[in-house]
Amino acid sequence: MRPAISVTGLTRRYRDHVALEEVSAQIEEGSICGLLGRNGAGKTTLLRILAGQEFPSSGVVRVLGAPPAENEDVLRRMVFIREDQAYPDFKVGHALRAASWFYPNWDGELAGQLMADFGLRPNKAIKRLSRGMRSALGIAIGIAARADVTLFDEPYAGLDAVARQIFYDRLLADYAERPRTILLSTHLIDEAAALFERVVVIDRGRVVLDAAADGLRGVATTVSGPVLAVDDFTTGRPVWNRRRLGSQASVVTVGQLDEAARAKARALGLDLVPLTLQQLVVHAAGWPGAPETANLEGVSA
Amino acid sequence: MAGLDEGAPLFAQVADRLAAEIADGGLAEGDRVPSTNELAAYYRINPATAAKGINLLADDGLLEKRRGIGMFVADGARRQLLARRREQFVERYVRPLLTEAAMLGIDRGELAALIEQSGHEQFSDSPGGVAV
Repeated sequence: MRPAISVTGLTRRYRDHVALEEVSAQIEEGSICGLLGRNGAGKTTLLRILAGQEFPSSGVVRVLGAPPAENEDVLRRMVFIREDQAYPDFKVGHALRAASWFYPNWDGELAGQLMADFGLRPNKAIKRLSRGMRSALGIAIGIAARADVTLFDEPYAGLDAVARQIFYDRLLADYAERPRTILLSTHLIDEAAALFERVVVIDRGRVVLDAAADGLRGVATTVSGPVLAVDDFTTGRPVWNRRRLGSQASVVTVGQLDEAARAKARALGLDLVPLTLQQLVVHAAGWPGAPETANLEGVSA
Repeated sequence: MAGLDEGAPLFAQVADRLAAEIADGGLAEGDRVPSTNELAAYYRINPATAAKGINLLADDGLLEKRRGIGMFVADGARRQLLARRREQFVERYVRPLLTEAAMLGIDRGELAALIEQSGHEQFSDSPGGVAV
């Protein structure tokens, strides 16, 4: 399959800091990809470059096979919904009508359904909407645009858990009906994890993990139990994090555990709890206390 | 995710759930299994992940594709799954039971008595149950 998005050696330098450094990644056409990382990691800068709203200092960007900046053909086939998306001073219905003119695949019926799902009324002035309702409007436009490349940058500021679930459900349902390339940046990793086919994690402007999402489940495991048993089990295995409380220990070990290893853990009376994607990203993205990311090299697919 | 947990890859969990449904008769041989998109919407997972789970069962010969209609439970699938479950019974249930019994100092005779007693409770008043 050809990539819908491809960046190679992408660097974005500002006067006093480097927002992206030698970022290379490819996103397959028709897949949902998670763009994960801390605030300030460079996610928004990358998305803005993909959307043609910012130029890289160096490196190559291709969206749908061409450079996106000032490229009408590409931009019409792409929708970019930002966190705290700003709108001109008009009503909800006007924003939807403008979107229907701009996006060639716009689905008005779907937009109406999403409006109803979120309780958005067309005659309401946008500037009178709550933050969450403004996010809902962005989400409705982002999904109903049915653009070949859909970029969501933390699109749910102010939305509660129920509304976010509506977002995930509608996105999945519409993606199933009309597969397209979707890149969603989020810090709510665990609740969105199952949506992703692939995840790209960036930290301090660099890609630290780029892997099939489902393959990351069970890639690291917290082993806990009596100190001696934990030591016995983890000897010879790569270990990330060791904690001890009295006679009990808890160790994060890296690498899939096969059936023999699981049987051994059971025999030793150890508890095995796999790391969630979020915990894994915490380690991969070099949060305080996290080890070298080189440990994850064998994991990336 | 509707009831899938962390840990095992999601595609494997989807396959396990379908296999369990076939084994307990919820999905009979010849029944159509839910489509990739139906599974994705129900479990709230990526459709590619759901497809991988279905393919896992198809590769094992438990499901068969009928072109243009979808996936169906293959003949003999239930028997095959029950045979597999039987093979795993010792590893999954008997060994952990023995490990825990040893930890608690429950000896063989006591354990046999406990099983006899629990089996009696479980099977005595269930019509059609199997005597132990």
